[in-house]
Amino acid sequence: MFAVLIDQFWSLTIAGIALGFIYVLISLGYTMVYGVLRMINFANSEIFMWGTFGTVITSRDIFHYTQTSEPATGAKLAVVLVTSLFMSMLVAGLTAVFVEFVAYRRLRMKGTNRLATLISAIGISIALQEVMRLLTDSRPVGSPRVLEKIILTEVWGANIRLDTVITIIAAAIIFFVLERFIKLSRMGKAIRAVSMNEDAAKLMGVNLNRVITTTFLVGGLATGAAGFFYITVFEYTKFNIGFTMGMAAFTAAMAALAWDYLRFMPQLSLEHSGRQ
Amino acid sequence: MKIRNYWNLRDWGADIWERANRPKRVAIAIISVILVGLLPFAGASFLATPIAAYDAVLVYPVGIFVLMALGLNIVVGKSGMLDLGYVAFFAIGAYTMAIMGTTTGLNTWEIMPFGIAFAMIAGVILGLPTLRLRGDYLAIVTLGFGEIVRLVLLNSSWSKGPNGIANVPMPPDIGPLKFKLDDQKVFFWVVIIMILLTIWMIRRLSVRRPGRAWEAIRQDEDAAELMGIATLKYKIWSFTLGAAVGGAAGVLYASKNLFIAPEMFTLNVSILILSCVVFGGIGNIWGVIVGATILGYLPDRIRFISDARLLVFGIVLVVVMNFRPDGLLPRKKREKAIVKKEVNA
Repeated sequence: MFAVLIDQFWSLTIAGIALGFIYVLISLGYTMVYGVLRMINFANSEIFMWGTFGTVITSRDIFHYTQTSEPATGAKLAVVLVTSLFMSMLVAGLTAVFVEFVAYRRLRMKGTNRLATLISAIGISIALQEVMRLLTDSRPVGSPRVLEKIILTEVWGANIRLDTVITIIAAAIIFFVLERFIKLSRMGKAIRAVSMNEDAAKLMGVNLNRVITTTFLVGGLATGAAGFFYITVFEYTKFNIGFTMGMAAFTAAMAALAWDYLRFMPQLSLEHSGRQ
Repeated sequence: MKIRNYWNLRDWGADIWERANRPKRVAIAIISVILVGLLPFAGASFLATPIAAYDAVLVYPVGIFVLMALGLNIVVGKSGMLDLGYVAFFAIGAYTMAIMGTTTGLNTWEIMPFGIAFAMIAGVILGLPTLRLRGDYLAIVTLGFGEIVRLVLLNSSWSKGPNGIANVPMPPDIGPLKFKLDDQKVFFWVVIIMILLTIWMIRRLSVRRPGRAWEAIRQDEDAAELMGIATLKYKIWSFTLGAAVGGAAGVLYASKNLFIAPEMFTLNVSILILSCVVFGGIGNIWGVIVGATILGYLPDRIRFISDARLLVFGIVLVVVMNFRPDGLLPRKKREKAIVKKEVNA
């Protein structure tokens, strides 16, 4: 049993790190929304699923790659990959904004209990998943291989493939950009303000609706990027992949939340006694 | 004279009930139980479900959903704790029935107390460490518990892993009433009896000390604790009683379905039951029953649009929650104080 583990330790580790980066991108979608609205966005897994289809459609229908065609090289490769990435992010971002508009906005305006919002989120996630199931006839959709999976180098007997390297580096760049956006931009500041205290932010002139829509958009963009990387590594998607990936990413987001909970226990418990 | 709004179904029903004297109330109760009990004979009317057998639909999903939603309502509605792992208790009940039914010679009614007891023990085991948490944190821990139970069942040899357990015995016949696969009227009547027992339990508890303690905990836990309520104790009781109902539903489900496997007990079931509770009207027994009936029955009723039925289900959830955020039959205003507070916080 352990022989396999020791033999494959490094290759499993590297594959795991790549998958972990994908999880983190999805969980950014959860945390962004949770941070601002204090609400679990259950539809995020379906937003991810829609994002994966963004990549598939780009490479298959826009650039006309098929299962049998040669992988792209050089400049063409870069163009296809970047277009796919942006397409995925766009699809997921717009889906996220749509979800906010349809399922959350009215309830938020009314200021109702959070359980109603939760059920509304579950409803919209069922609907999104079903729309995709009907569009794909419940069949798995294979993505054409655009990026050839070249083995770059070997570390301690483990192959390091091009797609995992691209995933890790590009995901790291996205984290960095997002972190700068939240830290430095005016909108990022507004998002942090709403997350700290909604009422005070409103009094200070923050446009609440715009901040929340942006939060959904940014979370959707990160989730869509995760969809692109998922397709690059696994080259396969289906209407129900959102569930397992979403669960894992959700757990990651909640682990981060628990970490915050431990670190900021005194403040949080004060805040909670007010809220409960 | 007060002008009554007949579209407000809750007040309308409550009005009739409150005006009635005792014999009238008994008559109303008996007539409604008989009407509901006659439902399996209405299979030829507009109620009929295409494709799925009508009397089977009445037992599962509708009947079992109502039962489970009532159990979950004790936890979510009465004491205000968000439980996303309710399916675990259902699974524990079902597996108790399956394993004891296939290995020992006991019948369903003899196993029922064991199923309930195991579910309650699981409730205490889960509750003791976790009920100190609140709100979303509790939801996540219970969600994790649901997944743990499912994964343990999926990976253990005693539960036969992913193959599941087949040949679970049916309940023995009660006199002339025979439990059959192709005619599930008797199952439906058993479910009705279990639902009535649950309603009776909830109503008795609600007006006595535990119910009032739950109400206080739901509205303001810190204040309740300061007033001398042993909050942890009552929260665990609420959890355990909810688990007991879930376990009983699981025992009956396994005995009715004859086959169970871990994939029947996914997170989706927990979410669906929670939807039933919130959709119908959280905290109000009658609302919960209406919600669970609709959400259990609707997907089978609209099978004629076979492909899009879950899509319609999702859209119905979104639309109803948007236009009636408190559910179809909300609880009384007096009990809604907590909602106001949450908004202000």
